[in-house]
Parts: sequence; structure tokens; C-alpha cells
Amino acid sequence: PAMLQLPLVVTARLDLVLVLVTLLSLWTRLGGLGYPGAVVFDEVYYGQFLSLYMKRTFFIDDSGPPLGHALLALGGGLPWQRAAAGLSVWSLRLLPALGGALCVPLGYLLVLELRCSHLSALGAALLLLLENSLIVQSRFMLLESLLIFFVLLAFFSYLRFLNAPGRCWSRYGWLLLSGVSCAAGGLSRVTRGQPLQVAFGSQVTLRSSAPRPVPCWLHSHKANYPIRYENGRGSSHQQQVTCYGFKDVNNWWIIKDPARQELVVDSPPRPVRHGDIIQLVHGMTSRLLNSHDVAAPMSPHAQEVSGYIDFNVSMATQNLWRLEIYNREAESEEWKTIVSEVRLVHVNTSAVLKVLAGSDVTAVAEQSTSINLCVCVCLNIVCCHNYPRSGQEQKEREAELHSPTHIDVDRKISFWSKFTELQWKMLTVKQEESEHKYSSAPLEWIAMETNIAYWLHPSSNAQIHLIGNPVSWGVANLSLLAYQLLAALYLLRRRRGFRDLPDGAWQRFASVGLLCGGGWAVNFLPFLLMERTLFLYHYLPALCYLHLLSPALLEHIHTHLLRTSRHVLGVCTAAVLLSVFLSYWTFCPLTYGNPELTANQLQALKWRDSWDILYRRR
Amino acid sequence: MEKEECISQWHKTRDSSIVRNRKVFPSPEQTHQSPITPESKIKQDDTPCSNGSSGDFSARGSADSPNQLLLIVVTGLSFATRLYKITEPPHVCWDETHFGKMGSYYINRTFFFDVHPPLGKMLIALAGYMTGYDGTFPFVKPGDKYEHHNYWGMRGFCAMLGSFLPIFAYLIVQELSRSHTAALITAALLIFDTGCITISQYILLDPILMFFIMAAVLGMVKFNQQSSRPFTAPWWLWLVLCGAALAGALGVKFVGLFVILLVGLNTAGDLWRILGDLSLSLVDVAKHFLARVVGLILLPLFLYVLVFAVHFALLNKSGPGDGFFSSTFQSRLIGNNLYNVSMPEYLAYGSTITVKNLRIAGGYLHSHWHLYPEGVGAKQQQVTAYLHKDYNNMWLVHKPDNDTQSQTPDLVRHGDIIRLEHKETTRNLHSHLHQAPLTKKHFQVTGYGINGTGDTNDLWQVEVCGGRRGDLVKVLRSKVRFLHKATGCVLYSSGKTLPKWGWEQVEVTCSPYLKETPSSQWNIEDHINPRLPNISLSLLKPNFLEILLESHIVMIRGNSGLKPKDNEMNSKPWHWPINYQGLRFSGVNETEYRVYLLGNPVVWWINLASLGLYLIMVAVSSIAIQRGISLQQKRLEHSDILTGGGGLLLLGWLLHYAPFYVMGRVLYYHHYFPAMLFSSMLTGVTLDTLLRNADLLLCQPYSDWLQRGGQMVLLFTVLHSFYMFHPLSYGMTGPLAHEPGSAMAGLKWMDSWEF
Repeated sequence: PAMLQLPLVVTARLDLVLVLVTLLSLWTRLGGLGYPGAVVFDEVYYGQFLSLYMKRTFFIDDSGPPLGHALLALGGGLPWQRAAAGLSVWSLRLLPALGGALCVPLGYLLVLELRCSHLSALGAALLLLLENSLIVQSRFMLLESLLIFFVLLAFFSYLRFLNAPGRCWSRYGWLLLSGVSCAAGGLSRVTRGQPLQVAFGSQVTLRSSAPRPVPCWLHSHKANYPIRYENGRGSSHQQQVTCYGFKDVNNWWIIKDPARQELVVDSPPRPVRHGDIIQLVHGMTSRLLNSHDVAAPMSPHAQEVSGYIDFNVSMATQNLWRLEIYNREAESEEWKTIVSEVRLVHVNTSAVLKVLAGSDVTAVAEQSTSINLCVCVCLNIVCCHNYPRSGQEQKEREAELHSPTHIDVDRKISFWSKFTELQWKMLTVKQEESEHKYSSAPLEWIAMETNIAYWLHPSSNAQIHLIGNPVSWGVANLSLLAYQLLAALYLLRRRRGFRDLPDGAWQRFASVGLLCGGGWAVNFLPFLLMERTLFLYHYLPALCYLHLLSPALLEHIHTHLLRTSRHVLGVCTAAVLLSVFLSYWTFCPLTYGNPELTANQLQALKWRDSWDILYRRR
Repeated sequence: MEKEECISQWHKTRDSSIVRNRKVFPSPEQTHQSPITPESKIKQDDTPCSNGSSGDFSARGSADSPNQLLLIVVTGLSFATRLYKITEPPHVCWDETHFGKMGSYYINRTFFFDVHPPLGKMLIALAGYMTGYDGTFPFVKPGDKYEHHNYWGMRGFCAMLGSFLPIFAYLIVQELSRSHTAALITAALLIFDTGCITISQYILLDPILMFFIMAAVLGMVKFNQQSSRPFTAPWWLWLVLCGAALAGALGVKFVGLFVILLVGLNTAGDLWRILGDLSLSLVDVAKHFLARVVGLILLPLFLYVLVFAVHFALLNKSGPGDGFFSSTFQSRLIGNNLYNVSMPEYLAYGSTITVKNLRIAGGYLHSHWHLYPEGVGAKQQQVTAYLHKDYNNMWLVHKPDNDTQSQTPDLVRHGDIIRLEHKETTRNLHSHLHQAPLTKKHFQVTGYGINGTGDTNDLWQVEVCGGRRGDLVKVLRSKVRFLHKATGCVLYSSGKTLPKWGWEQVEVTCSPYLKETPSSQWNIEDHINPRLPNISLSLLKPNFLEILLESHIVMIRGNSGLKPKDNEMNSKPWHWPINYQGLRFSGVNETEYRVYLLGNPVVWWINLASLGLYLIMVAVSSIAIQRGISLQQKRLEHSDILTGGGGLLLLGWLLHYAPFYVMGRVLYYHHYFPAMLFSSMLTGVTLDTLLRNADLLLCQPYSDWLQRGGQMVLLFTVLHSFYMFHPLSYGMTGPLAHEPGSAMAGLKWMDSWEF
């Protein structure tokens, strides 16, 4: 029969350039991924979150919505990688590197979707391929490469949607994909959150919400009140309790149920409510928050507050505190982080814990002798922590206290209320004002005035820096400037009735500018208004758009502006690409951390005075 | 429309100068061809007040007279409400303590520093001077009694300028909407707003600022109307007036930048339109462009600089603002220790010195009896930069080993190693490999050791910029760098303000980047050495442009330094349009005379609702036009007014409001008032257009009644609310609002209001 006559045929069209670019990209991003074997820069940070994801404990992050972390954990959690005991660095870094590698072919396809030629697309792909900063950023367990991938994917699928012939179903598939990647990529910029309630066994820091003297945390440390003060007054000689204005490991307290010995959080957790009697255990020293009828160090009219030490001098413990949630009508009867304002009433003496201004900036926590509503100070929970087990080693405990904060989720809270609470907190909670050694201002990014040192070999000069390819950054800035000038010129001339371009070409020119220039603008300008700590890698998504713009602009100039000396342009382009490659090659040692360079070679690589390149003194 | 044209024709024969206000449509032919009869009817209905008064005299001749009559009424009411009880309360209220004090400084000619440009305070001083205020009242704190001092002149002047706001608003809205009722609604909203009254009645910069803002907008709108007659005298007049008002606005507060932006955007749009008009040659376009550059850029710039020139010429005596400025600047001021200064010329060992950073508004090297807190580098004594002259700015210059006192002290030379000992605390200037508190790339600088004995980290190498080994260090004139011997870093002032533990002084670090910048250069300002002869030093007098630049940078620094403090209740921008919380101008207790700055809630909430209404109306009309629904000529005109005039006002509101969301400085409720003026004008346009389109809902006679009724209800509501809330502005005594028997009983509609 005729049917059997038909050959079994697979016809496939393969863009060999695309394949080649993809391979090169995989090679540059994935080669030697396991090196360095040490934890690099922010990997510390994400790594900790990640292990928490894998343990499926809920935590509060302050860097971005959780998708990126979850993806990282997914990469680490793939079954064939689990086989190895523990997680290898390589497997953790694989996913970001893949994301970073796929950006290059995606850039190629994007330029094609902008209706430029394959040659332009190749140019864009090469610029992305040879961008040292993109390579560095995707070779570690960091989120930016995934972010860039999703941003580009959203952009690409939206263009596919626009360019697809009408009324075909795949078109809406692209639209859907675009939406999904928007949600995935676009949102990963907002910052931080912290929800949830306090349970018995929770580990907390208590911040005074009083305006005066300074916002500070209830604090204790391994030092006792002096037996006699300078003016001759005596003290209990027990452990000092103060209010400390800075974040410190000694600010952590554990909420203990007086009726029980354990310090673990039950499952389900038992929330602390208004009126509950609690004890507070200092995390680092295990002393109980105590108060007694001894004059306080700075204000003798008030009672002293101490971390109780039993000196066997018939001074009984008085460490029971009643929790009063001050704003329980507005909020809830249960103790919630941040929102609840609480007072701690000393059960034996009915006094209230309060902060009095001492002569020093760090104030002293004291006990007022009477309940007086106006002078009472509300304590505000800032962070919650799930205390592991009592009786652990001090060192382990400290490590635990330094790790990111997390808490067991009350499973009864619906997904949506959790979701909205988290979103709201991410938008409203302000970041601490502090500067990182490698942070930079947005305007410095354009000229790449700063770099970030990611890693330095423990014994040699081998090091990895986030430094972009200076030549391609120059090309990117130049093309942005050239595009703006050209667009202004065209606009003015069109307004005066000169039609330099046919309408189709003009529209294409405008849309390229709107998409790429606009992409750059929305990925860059908002940073100018942000007051948080920013780093050079925040600029990378914006940079990608410029790398797409450059070849498109060049093609425009080639087809519409130059009538004669086109081969000159070709030669120039080739020369620029060559120099891009050469500068990539020059900075390779700082990108891959390999080979090691001598101090002189490093000095030669310091193209700008403001770059920090590290030398090891020998 | 027909009527408008007729009027203009009629006027043309009599007085051509009136024509310019009337002829507003770019293509008069078109309006000739499409006369709509209902329009003229509505025009007549617009002026309900005139119907009774002017009778049936002449429908044509009365068109301007109700306008003038209304304007007179508006003017009268405006002045009356603002000047009523102007001298009450007879004590210092709120920020009068600053601006009154600064007025006194001008009268006494003592130099001071403020974060705002000087024009507003100069005008206040002028008003005070003219009315017999002698500048002797100290303005120490709010609540101080004025007693015999003539303060009414300064208050009256501010109130006068504040009284112009409703008048300007009336004229602007009339120009934009070509409707008396819209203008009248706007004027009523502003006249009877308690907030506008209160803020106009005291010695503050805001009424002056808003006067200039509104004048600039009025100039711009009038100038736009002249666009069909370029380069005529009125065209130039309005251009120049607009430019002058812009200079005034910027000269009072930097908020004036927003109105400059508004005028700039409007002008850019205007030029774009002119460029697209192919009937104009490029030369004409260039002329237009240059005229605007002259009128709106060069002239304001000149006036603005002139204001500063007067400012510097007036203030020639030393005063509280000296320390903010460089040594050369201070040498201009009579009474300053650098004025005709005489001191030992070359830096010597054993001298007591003050060291000033060379960056603009860089402070003196300072230390005090306070340690860096735990967690901020080493817990040693703080070293900061401090902008005020203080005993803690004194340092002693020592040789590395303890000095051997010879008869004539040795001079310090380029390349010498020295030790700087803080005179008050006897600690040495010290640095080490700890991160600086804020600039983490730099090293921490501390005070270390006691009685001058420390360690090798206390040694600094003196380097005169541009000098050679062995050069002497000239006091005041040499730029000096201090290189830390042990780490190789250079003493640096980052300009960042330390948090509370550092008393909000400026951070001093040791920078490993050795590039020569003013931040790392210092000069020796005071130099005391009894064993050396004092020599009179004539400093290089700075030129005017240097002074101008320096004072601007100092002002900008000062402004960004006004960070909200954690313990202060900070007003948020979203509070403002909903009138969430006002400001206490005077008095807290029952016994005191209380004035509370709070907008008339009815007015403010009408404004807020109108903003939403405006957006809905624009959306509806745009969708209708976009879908090609055929509309009557009248509706198209209304739509034009909404998008054109209303759009301009909305832009004005946005420009004066939105930037506050990204401002880091501390914000107050009264920052919203310029935006509120725009919002009120927009309300006038919106509500008037809404009421005029009442015939969409009802048929002919009823719709007119509805329109008239709506206007009446609106007016009555505003009046009545003013009657209820007027004690906020004119003063309350007796019990607070939550107690019975208070004048404001039952009016505390929001818990956040504090009266």
C-alpha cells in the first residue's frame, strides 16, 4: 500500500551559529565550575538559605522573593546529585551557570526577534558571551544570572507573541510564558520580609519601641555588676542587663515556659498570649532575666534587672514575667513579631521592665517601681528564632545564632494571608543603613568605577573579581549615547518635515530603541531612587539590554545611513569585536581565578585607580 | 462661542488691548463656522451673580464687568480672611522662631547659615525694617512674647502675599477653563481653607514661596494665551514676569525647582509645537527658542544670582554660620577670627592648631570624650569632623618623640613625621586596620593613648600639596595631607553623617586611595604659638562665583542632612492629601491660645475626590473620542479643557507632590501646600465641567437647575465648613476638642487631629 511507501523522514532546520554560540557559552560558563572549592562572596548567604529550604524550614530572608532560592535548592536537590554525601559545590553552582549560559543564545534569538539580521544577532551574542561580569556572576551560587535569564526570557516571549502571525495558539503560549517569566524574574528585586508569631521556645530579640534614648535591644553579656559602685552603693553582683543599640549576638533571648524544663518549640507551636507568665533565657549565657529589690546602677530609685546567678547568698530567683500585649485590641491576643507591642511585668513586684537613659549612649535596662502607663516602655519583637535544643555547646549555639533567622510556620495560616503578609513586609520593612566594603552607587556603574572582589586564594594571588569587560562596557555606553543622539536628530528633522527614513524603517528604529533603551532604563533608573546598599551586579540586567542595542544600532547605521564606505564599517566592527575578545582574554585570570598572576601583572590589570585588586604581601 | 467672538469683535473697535484675553482659539475661522446656540445660553448662566446686579443692561458689555466684580469680591474676601487677627497670638509661633530670627540677622547684618536660599528671609527682613522692627527681638523659642516689638509688619507682609494666592488661582483657572464658575469655585476653596489662612498669617517662607509659584504659573498661562501674537509687548511682559517669578520661587526655597520643571515642560511642549509648524522658518523657530532661553533661563538665573549678591553684601559680620564655610570665606566677615587675621605664618612644633577639611562644607578635625560603640571598629575615642567652632577642635603638634623644648620652636616641613595630640583629651590622632564606621573601604581613625604617649600608629607624615621635601607649611594657605605612617593611608573626611552615637557629626576616616581630592586635603586654620611672632596675613579674597558655589553646596548638604530622626513622629506624604494630621503652631494646653495648622477637611476631601473624578472624566471622554462617538461641539471643548488646562494642573500637582515620596529628608505637613493649590485649581475645573454636563443626565430646564443648585450647594458647604473650623486658624482657647464646651466640640473627625 501507498502508506508503506512513505519514508520515515525527520526534517530539521538547525541554526548552526546558534548551536555554536550555545556551546561556547556553556563552555565559558560551565568550565571548571567546581573551582574554587571554597565559598565565595554572597554564596555564604544564599547557601545558608538553601540548606534551610532543603530542610524545609520556613525562614525569613531579606534579599528577595523566594523563587530564586527555591530554584537553587531544586538544583541542589536533584536526585542524582544527592547521591554524593553532602552537596558538592559543583552541583549547587550548576543551575545558575546554566541560566547564565542560556542568556547568550537567548540574546541571539532576541535580536532576531527585533527583526535584525543574523549577523547582528551574532554580534549581540558575542558581546554577551565575552562579558566577564556576566560570566563571573553566573559561575557562582548567586541569583542574578537566573534573574537575567528570566528577564530576557520574558522579553523574548513577549516579542514572539507580538511577532507571531495572528490567531495561532502558540502565540498565546508565548504570552503565557512571558507572564510566567515576568513573575519569576521581575519580582526578584523587592526586598525582605519577616512574619509570624512567637511561641514558647522561640528565640527572640526584644527591641525597645520607646523613642528615647535610642531604639535598642534588650541585651546581656558575660560581665557582672560591680560589687560596689563608685559612689559606694552595693549591687547584686549578678550579670548585667542593658539595652544595646546595635545588632549583636548577645541580644538573643529564648522564651521559656516556667512550668517546663525544655526550651524546644513544640509542634504545633504553643503561641504566647497576653497574660501568660514567661521566663526569658539569655541565649549566649543561659542566664534568666531576673529582677529584685536592689537599687539599679544608674537610677537608684528603680529596681535592678540582672541575669540571675546563684551566689548562695539567700537571694531568691525572681524571674517570672507576665506578658502584656499593649496593642492587643488593634492587633491580636497572640504575641506577633514586629506588630505586637508588649510590656513585661515582673510578677513578684508588679514592676515593669523599662529603659532609662544613662549617661552613655547605650542605655541601661531597669525596673520602675510602680506601674505607670506613661513611662512604660513597650518591647517590640524584631526577630524570631527557633531554638534547637537545650544544653548544646556554646560554639554551636553561636553559629546557630549567626545563621539566618527562621521559625516554624503555623500551618493553620492560609497560603494567601501568608503571601500577602510577606509581600507587604517585603515592601515596607526598611533595610538598615550601612555600607558594604564593595557597595557602590548606581552612577558609578555606568563607567564601572568599582569592582567586587569575590574570592582570593588563601595562599596565592589567584583571585576572582566581578569586573566587566571594559571594552564592551564602553561599546554599550557609546551605543546608548549614539542612539539617543541619532533619535533626537531624526525626531527634530521629522518634525520639520524631512523624512530621512521610510516609515517602516523609522518604526523599527523607534521600537528597537524603545525596547532596548527602555529595558535599560527600567532596569537602571529605579536604583537611583533606592536607598539600600547596592552592588555592581545590580546593573547587569540593564547592561544586557545595551548589548542587544549595540548590534541593532550598527545594523541600522549600515543599512540606512551609510551609502558608500560600508566596508570600512565592517572593518571597524571586526576590530572592535577583536578588542572585545582581547580584553576578555586579558581579564580571564580575574574571571576564572586561574592562572595565578604576579603582583606586576595584577598591577597592569588595574585599569582604573578606583578598582580594588588585592595583592598578597610576600 | 458666537458670543465670545462677538465680544472680541466689539472690543476690537474700542480697545485692542482687551482682545488678547479673549482670543484664545487658534483657528477662529472654524469657530465662526460652527456656532452653537446652547453654548451662548450656558455662558449666560455661568454668571449667576451678575444676573441680579447688572440687570439687563447689555449682554455684551457686562461680560467683563461680572468678572471684575467677582475679582474684587475675591480680593476683598481673601485679604479680609488673611489679615483678620493678624497680630494674634502675640507670641512666637512655630517656625517663626527660625525665620523671624533670620530676619533679625539681616537687619543686624550678621552672617548665618540656612538650608534655604535667602530671598524669603530678605523680604521678611525688609518688611520688618520698613515697619519699624529693629532686629532686637531674640526669637529664642516658640511661645516667647513679642511685647513691644513691631512684629505685625512681618506677619502682615506674609499675609499680604498669602492673600494673592486665591486671586492668582482665580485668574489661572479662568484663563485655563474660560469659565467664571470654575474660577470662583477655586477661589472659594482657597479663601475658606483654614490651612491656607493659617500658613499665610505667620512669619514663614511658605506664603512667599507659594506667591512666587502661583505668579509663575499665572505668567505661564497668560503667556500661553499670547502664543498667537508672538513678540508683542504683552507676550514679552508675561514671559519676563514668569521668568522673574521663577527666580523668586527658587530664591525662597529649593521647592521652587518643581515649578521651574512645570514651566520647563510646558515650554518644551510649546517649542515642539512651534517646531512642527512648517509655516514658520527655522529662523523664526530659533527666535522663539532664544526668546525663551533669555526670558526663562538667563533672566531668572541673573535675578537669582543677584539675590545672592545682595545676601552676601548685606551680611558682612561674623555670626553663627561661619563654621560651615571655608577659611577664605570666613575672612570676609567682620568679627571673625580670620578677618584681618594675624598669627604665626608657618606651622611649628608645639603649636595649638585647628585643622579644617578642604572639601566644601568640610568640618574641623574634632574629637571628644566619647568612644566608638561596640561593633564599630576598635572601641577607642571618636574622631570626627565638626562644622561648628568648638574648643574640641584644638590639636597640638608634636614631634614623634616627646618634644625637646628649645627657645625658638622648630618649623614643620613637608615630609616631617608628626604626632597630633587632641588638646582637650590628650589622646593622639590614631589609625589602624579596622573598618571605618560608615565608609567600609577606609580605615577607622580614633583618639588613642593618654597624655601624648601612644604607639607607632599615632604617627602621620605631613605633605604639602604641590610641595617639595623641606617646604614649610603655610598657615591657611597650604593644602596639607596627613599620611598615616604605619598603613600608608591618608586622613580623609567622607562627608557622611555619623549616627546618634557620633552626635551626628561627620565621619573622618583614613583612606587607602591616595588620589588628591579636597576630601583628603586639610588646611591649618587657627595657629597659636606664643613663642612665634604674629604676622598679619592677607588671605586671598574668594571671588563671587566661588562663594556662590560654596554656599550652594553647603545648603544642599544641610538639606540632605535633615534626616528624619527615629524618635520623631515623621509625617508621610500619603498623610497629606487626606488631611491626616496637622501641625501645632501654638499652644498645647487648655489654658493656652492654640492655633493648629490643618486644612479645612471639607475642602481637602473635596479636592481628593475631585482628583479621582477628574481621572474618571478624562478616561470617559478619551474613550468616547477614541471610539469615534460623535459628540457635540460643546462636549469636545469641555474635553479639551479637561485634558489641556486640567492636564497642566494635574502635572503641577504631581510635580509638587510625587517627589516627596523619594525624598530622604524629614518631611512636614506644610510641604503639601503648593501641591494643594494645584489640586484646588484642578477641583475648580473638574467640578465646573461636571456640573456643566448636567444635561447628560436631565433634560434642558432641569439640568440648568441642577447645575445652579450644585454650585450653590458646593459654595454653601465650603462656607459652612469654614464657619465650623475657623477657630483652627483664628485661635482656640478653653477646653480641648474631646471635652464638651469646646469651640471645636464634635469636630474632631479624625483621631489623629490634635486640637
